[in-house]
Amino acid sequence: MSAGTSRRRVSARVVAAAILLVSLLLAGVVSFYADSDPDGLSKVAIEQGFAGTETEHATGEGPFAGYGASFVDDERAAGGLAGVVGVLVVLGLGSGLAFALRRRPEPLADAEGARSGRAPA
Amino acid sequence: MHVPDGFLDAPTSIATGVVAAAAVGVSLRKARDELDDRTAPLAGLVAAFVFATQMLNFPVAGGTSGHLMGGAIAAVLVGPWTGVLTTSVVFLVQCLLFADGGVTALGTNILLMGVVTCAVGWVAFRGLQAVLPRTVASVPIAAGLAAFVSVPVASLVFVGLYAVGGAASVPFGTLTGAMVGVHLLIGIGEGLITFLAVGSIVAVRPDLVYGARRVVERHELVLRSSGAGA
Repeated sequence: MSAGTSRRRVSARVVAAAILLVSLLLAGVVSFYADSDPDGLSKVAIEQGFAGTETEHATGEGPFAGYGASFVDDERAAGGLAGVVGVLVVLGLGSGLAFALRRRPEPLADAEGARSGRAPA
Repeated sequence: MHVPDGFLDAPTSIATGVVAAAAVGVSLRKARDELDDRTAPLAGLVAAFVFATQMLNFPVAGGTSGHLMGGAIAAVLVGPWTGVLTTSVVFLVQCLLFADGGVTALGTNILLMGVVTCAVGWVAFRGLQAVLPRTVASVPIAAGLAAFVSVPVASLVFVGLYAVGGAASVPFGTLTGAMVGVHLLIGIGEGLITFLAVGSIVAVRPDLVYGARRVVERHELVLRSSGAGA
């Protein structure tokens, strides 16, 4: 009918699954190969001589502090596990928030007065 | 660019905390208009993707690395207000679970890497959309360029905060040059990642991308009004 459907439409579920899979792979596997040099701010802080003003982190002793599961010996597995846990926790909190806030169809509003002008699909 | 505890003094950290809390509060209200059946399922996934990508430090010049900040990509994919919320979730989890970014600096980090990059990224994206051809293909280009701009701007805001409440006295000009210089390079990475990620989704389902909606809807209108397609 319209241009968007001339090609076979990839379902939103497939898109969602692909984003999740890519995120898990990046955090769980690829992150092992990330550059371990200091980042832009850390490097500038070192060069400008104020890196030493950093104070101890309140949650620095946590089980996943520094993106490594402290209870796993293997470095690769510890980092990968931390990454996967992080992705799932962020996904859970982010999705929970989004669904709590999302605009729901308003069953009480009469159809004529609906501001969107588009009936629920 | 995660700011650790101790870089900024207490008054400045409290002030950024208040500003960040206010920005999140406003976003909680405004995001309701962005979050519908298409964006709501994406919001958590975008947060997860930003978290994952932030683990991937890439090398920039001279023993320095950088990673995605994510405000621009989040703003384009799910909307600017929802973008502030998704990036805030990322910084909150990074701070509490992974000890990345100071607890007293959480407001600073949400402000710099969430609010500033979402705002700058979104405004730059809309500006670029106004001058680029109104096609779906322009969306990832505008998103990538907007993302590139957002990173040095965030580093400039850090310099401003440091000038007000930095723990050490560093010459303003030197700090500005160093921060903006390295973050221009990191911005290139931010732009590329944003271009690729937005481009991938736009290629299969442009209607799912918040920043592409006007283009998609306009095309559908044009096609409908001109009869049976093509």
